[in-house]
Amino acid sequence: MNTSAQTESPAAPKKNLSVKVFGVGNAGVGILDLIIQGGLPGAAFAAVNTDPPTLAVTPACEQVSVETRLLRGLGTGGDPERGRIAAEEHLPKLKSLCQGTDVVFLLAGLGGGAGTGISPVLARAAKEAGALVLGFCTLPFACEGGRRLRMAQQGLAELKAAADGVICLPNQKVFKFIDENTSVVETFKITGQLLADAVRGIARLLAHTGLIEIHFADLAALLRDRHTESAFAVAETMGPARSREVMDKLLAHPMLDGGQVLGESDAVLVSLMGGPDLTMAEVNRVMEQINRQCEHAQVIMGAAVDESFRDRLAVTLIAARRASGEVSEQAASTSGADSLEVQLLSSSTSSRPGSRCVPPAPTLSPEQVEQLMARQTGRTSRGRNSASRMFQGQLPLEIISKGRFDKSEPNIHKGEDLDLPTYARRGVALN
Amino acid sequence: MFDPSSIIVGLEIGTSKVCAVVGELSADGALNIVGLGQARSRGVRKGEIIDTAKAEEDVRHAIVEAEQMADVEIRSVYLGVTGGHLRGFNNRGVHPVVSSDREISEEDAQDVVKNAKAINISAESHVIHAIRQHFLVDGQEGITNPVGMLGARVEVDVHVIHGNRNRLQNAVRAVKGLQLEVDDIVFNGLASALALLTNEQKELGSLVIDMGGGTTEYVVYANGIIKHTGVLAVGGDHVSNDLAYGLKIPLGRAEQLKVDQGSALLDDSVKGQTLNYSTDLGLPLKPVNLEHLRRIMSLRLEEIFQLIGQDLEQAGALDYVRAGVFICGGGARIPQVAKLAEQVLRVPASIGRTNSISGLKSALDQPEFANAIGLVKFGSFHHRRRAGAPSFAAGIRGVLSGIFKRG
Repeated sequence: MNTSAQTESPAAPKKNLSVKVFGVGNAGVGILDLIIQGGLPGAAFAAVNTDPPTLAVTPACEQVSVETRLLRGLGTGGDPERGRIAAEEHLPKLKSLCQGTDVVFLLAGLGGGAGTGISPVLARAAKEAGALVLGFCTLPFACEGGRRLRMAQQGLAELKAAADGVICLPNQKVFKFIDENTSVVETFKITGQLLADAVRGIARLLAHTGLIEIHFADLAALLRDRHTESAFAVAETMGPARSREVMDKLLAHPMLDGGQVLGESDAVLVSLMGGPDLTMAEVNRVMEQINRQCEHAQVIMGAAVDESFRDRLAVTLIAARRASGEVSEQAASTSGADSLEVQLLSSSTSSRPGSRCVPPAPTLSPEQVEQLMARQTGRTSRGRNSASRMFQGQLPLEIISKGRFDKSEPNIHKGEDLDLPTYARRGVALN
Repeated sequence: MFDPSSIIVGLEIGTSKVCAVVGELSADGALNIVGLGQARSRGVRKGEIIDTAKAEEDVRHAIVEAEQMADVEIRSVYLGVTGGHLRGFNNRGVHPVVSSDREISEEDAQDVVKNAKAINISAESHVIHAIRQHFLVDGQEGITNPVGMLGARVEVDVHVIHGNRNRLQNAVRAVKGLQLEVDDIVFNGLASALALLTNEQKELGSLVIDMGGGTTEYVVYANGIIKHTGVLAVGGDHVSNDLAYGLKIPLGRAEQLKVDQGSALLDDSVKGQTLNYSTDLGLPLKPVNLEHLRRIMSLRLEEIFQLIGQDLEQAGALDYVRAGVFICGGGARIPQVAKLAEQVLRVPASIGRTNSISGLKSALDQPEFANAIGLVKFGSFHHRRRAGAPSFAAGIRGVLSGIFKRG
């Protein structure tokens, strides 16, 4: 079916970018509910699950049940493989859902059967239908057990290979937001709300014509394979001192660890949204502070103006970093040749720490470029994942220890721990 | 043998060594170093005591050695302090001149300094130094002595160095536990600067970097006054630790390799070289890649200089450094460290010499001892000031003789 008619509603401001938000699996559908409740103008929604009962209660616009005979109406039982098989069976249906959409947001809670299994397939389907795919996913709590975490990380790797970019929130991080008395339901609501904020922030950033625009390509480049963890924070303030307050609020955000995360991250995307009264000085003030916080990061910024934001200022910040979690993620690919291929042939630009010496780009004649391009597209059309470039896998077996400074007071300077070896912090490879 | 009051002792409880230097102040005010004692330090990390018992033992060893060499009994010391908790900043005090003729009196000058020293810092902070910089009279800068000048408003800048009271007390208590008095506590960086810099260098503008085992202190002198001070809790220990981690060797071996093979710069000649060592028993040890060793080391040292450079730049103090950078402390032993400092800070750099004290034996003119020698020098300034002030008895005598003369 064609959904473009729905998405190009007049509410979509300026750009006719059609956005479709997919909630996959129980968790994904839950987050989708939150987004729908909060409202996201100009977007269409669809819920995908193996579990018909949950689909029945959601108010999502479109509901797809990837039911197969295999499952006998009982869901996947926490097995991603079943989810994947069910989704593969419904591939044409999923593809048709994405037809005519420019951007697909994919929401999933990884670690279970449906979310982990379906989302990579759906991402692939959306890509084949010509949409750009951005995944938003959660990783399970540590207390959910190692097996779920491993499955989640494997699913994440597959999703990354299939999607243009993935924003990932480890649920464990939410512990900073909750106290002793927070109920389980509320806790999950908080994770959901965080992801919903991120979706809304990014949708806003893509949909509005900016004064300083952020293109989807920027976003995808930032998120692609860079990290297993991204921190995102949204802050909104009003009044004349808004630019000062917004920074305080942003740095106080628990996800950013008092700005420490910014210091450690290697890529940061900042989107400012204000009314027509947004002044350059305000943009400058915010950016200056952010730049000071993250000296080593590549900062991409954008600013947009919306009439409804008069006297308000909203800042969305996404910080991506190479995390220690990458270890298990890369080592986790064990089940079957298929996932191994995903690992080796993923569309990554190598997740190794960047070397200081960058070789110059090879000079190619236009014919050679054409040839190369043809070869690459050829491979994709053979259906061998959406991936193209080879990269050598590296087993990051090191755990950075502080040695003799282990128990002394940490030496934090602008978010960096100076007790750690300099070469390790700067990512200089010793080989 | 000596008048005990003319003996000045500087004690540095460092991360790698404890060092006591005994100086003798002769009647004409010349300072002479007569003794030195040192001991390996075991109870200190990043410049602060973590094991009081061990630290006390090490201090005792160093003091005993110094006593034997100088043949004196040490009763009190000037104690050097450092640590990542120390902060330095500039503060300005203002005082209106109220006398009818607008002449600035001695009291005005004292009041303005008192105002400047009234600093708003937290209760657990202790001010180690409040060092007077220049006076301003009606906004005119660079006045060293305003007394006798005319003006409506006199201001003064002071450089304040303060730290956490309890953490400073730890070092003081360790010394007092040995039945030694502490005359004063002194910021280590300041002491090193005193030992290294001549008056011309202070006037012209110099940066002193004391790279110790656990901390790196830096002080900027310009126009004869202290412009800026700072401490980084990063030092030689970090280099060893980086090597141990990066080359996957034990810390003791990393320490030895740092001393034997270390260099601040990475040159092409070491590319791909490996070092093969064997134990005393002839068993081969893990070979070490020299290139990696140098790279790890040079990155860490480069970062230290970069951090100092950034801090100075932010404080606007880098422009004042015209005479150059002087490096002391154990870090000055690293080959080519001055060259690296020159590359990073873009100011001529050299290894500091403790040439500002007369009668110093060349054996003592080592960058490691600059700190303790500077402590003695600081003590000698205090001593002279105290000696210069008339004592109560001398005051009475003066008054009486005045009466008799008149009569």
